[in-house]
Amino acid sequence: MNPEPQIKPAHEGVILTTVEELYNWGRKNSLWPLQFGLACCAIEMIAASMARFDIARFGAEVFRPSPRQADLMIVSGTVTKKMAPQVVRLFNQMPEPKYVIAMGACAICGGPFRDGYNVLQGIDLYIPVDIYIPGCPPRPEALLEGLMKLQQKIAAQCLTGPDRPPHLNAGASGEYPVPEFGPHDLVGPQLAKAAKN
Amino acid sequence: MLSLPQIKDRITAAFPGASVQIIPNASPSNQPSLLLNAGHARQIAQFLRDEPELRFDYASNVTGVDWPEKTVKEKVKVKKIIDGVEKEVEELAERKTPAFLEAVYHLYSMALGHGPLVIRLRTGNRTDRVALPSLTPVWRSCEFQEREIFDLFGIQFEGHPDLRRLLMWDNFEGHPMRKDYVPGA
Repeated sequence: MNPEPQIKPAHEGVILTTVEELYNWGRKNSLWPLQFGLACCAIEMIAASMARFDIARFGAEVFRPSPRQADLMIVSGTVTKKMAPQVVRLFNQMPEPKYVIAMGACAICGGPFRDGYNVLQGIDLYIPVDIYIPGCPPRPEALLEGLMKLQQKIAAQCLTGPDRPPHLNAGASGEYPVPEFGPHDLVGPQLAKAAKN
Repeated sequence: MLSLPQIKDRITAAFPGASVQIIPNASPSNQPSLLLNAGHARQIAQFLRDEPELRFDYASNVTGVDWPEKTVKEKVKVKKIIDGVEKEVEELAERKTPAFLEAVYHLYSMALGHGPLVIRLRTGNRTDRVALPSLTPVWRSCEFQEREIFDLFGIQFEGHPDLRRLLMWDNFEGHPMRKDYVPGA
């Protein structure tokens, strides 16, 4: 009897992996962003998608004009109080699994307009943000760095257990309450600070 | 282009009852303007647009200014008797400036290639006498800009075809560009 196995997996083109790794590998390398921009950060986002910086190298070049086809919301720019309900509504319309990048100082906290009458003090008041990219505006390299950080985060997700992502948790809702216009400010429930990443 | 005093004289000749005042500008831009009284503003605007030598056919910019009441301290020379001798002494006097809202129009002439002419309109105060005549019937380009001033400063433009808020939502209360506005209050 020959003690050597008859079939060598690597020679036969077989790779052994886990479902979890394969699933996460597929998701992290085909993130389709929602095609919308809010302010000057959007110009940097557009630059990141063009040939010089080429976000296609990371599988995220397919900017979708419909939230139904998008996996990733890049909040690129100042979120005004008048625009915030629409941004939350677009996020609600995206199918799971979905991720949010807050790009630039304005999307993170309101930036230089924080104390103004018209600017939201961070989109994370209303939707959960996965990656924060500081800068005013961040350069395209910073956006690519943020995208790579998001890919690492996706690659590390467990598909089972209490830490599983919301789309695999039947009890978790991907819908967030849309703020409404009040007499002086937006009204409606805000996310607790603890829910922020 | 005619000089500002010449334009002022044309206006006062055409509208004897109108009060027109030249507001000097001490800043480096040195761009004086004409203050019109609200009652005659519409006819004067029509005149500025149609007068063959002026023909200001284009209102490029309309903006608002909030002038809250403030106390100005000035040195005033007062005659006083000190030790039996009359002397001129400088004293610090306080004076309150009137409070009002202002609409500023920048006019150009496309036909004659001159401008800008800056005209100003002032409201009676900042609370209940905040109406001004709308110049949208004279220059169509004022429509959105007057809506913006109504939204952010609270000037009521009488005769405006569609006076609604432009930037803030409809049930918003207050006028955020006023100097005493506190966000969220």
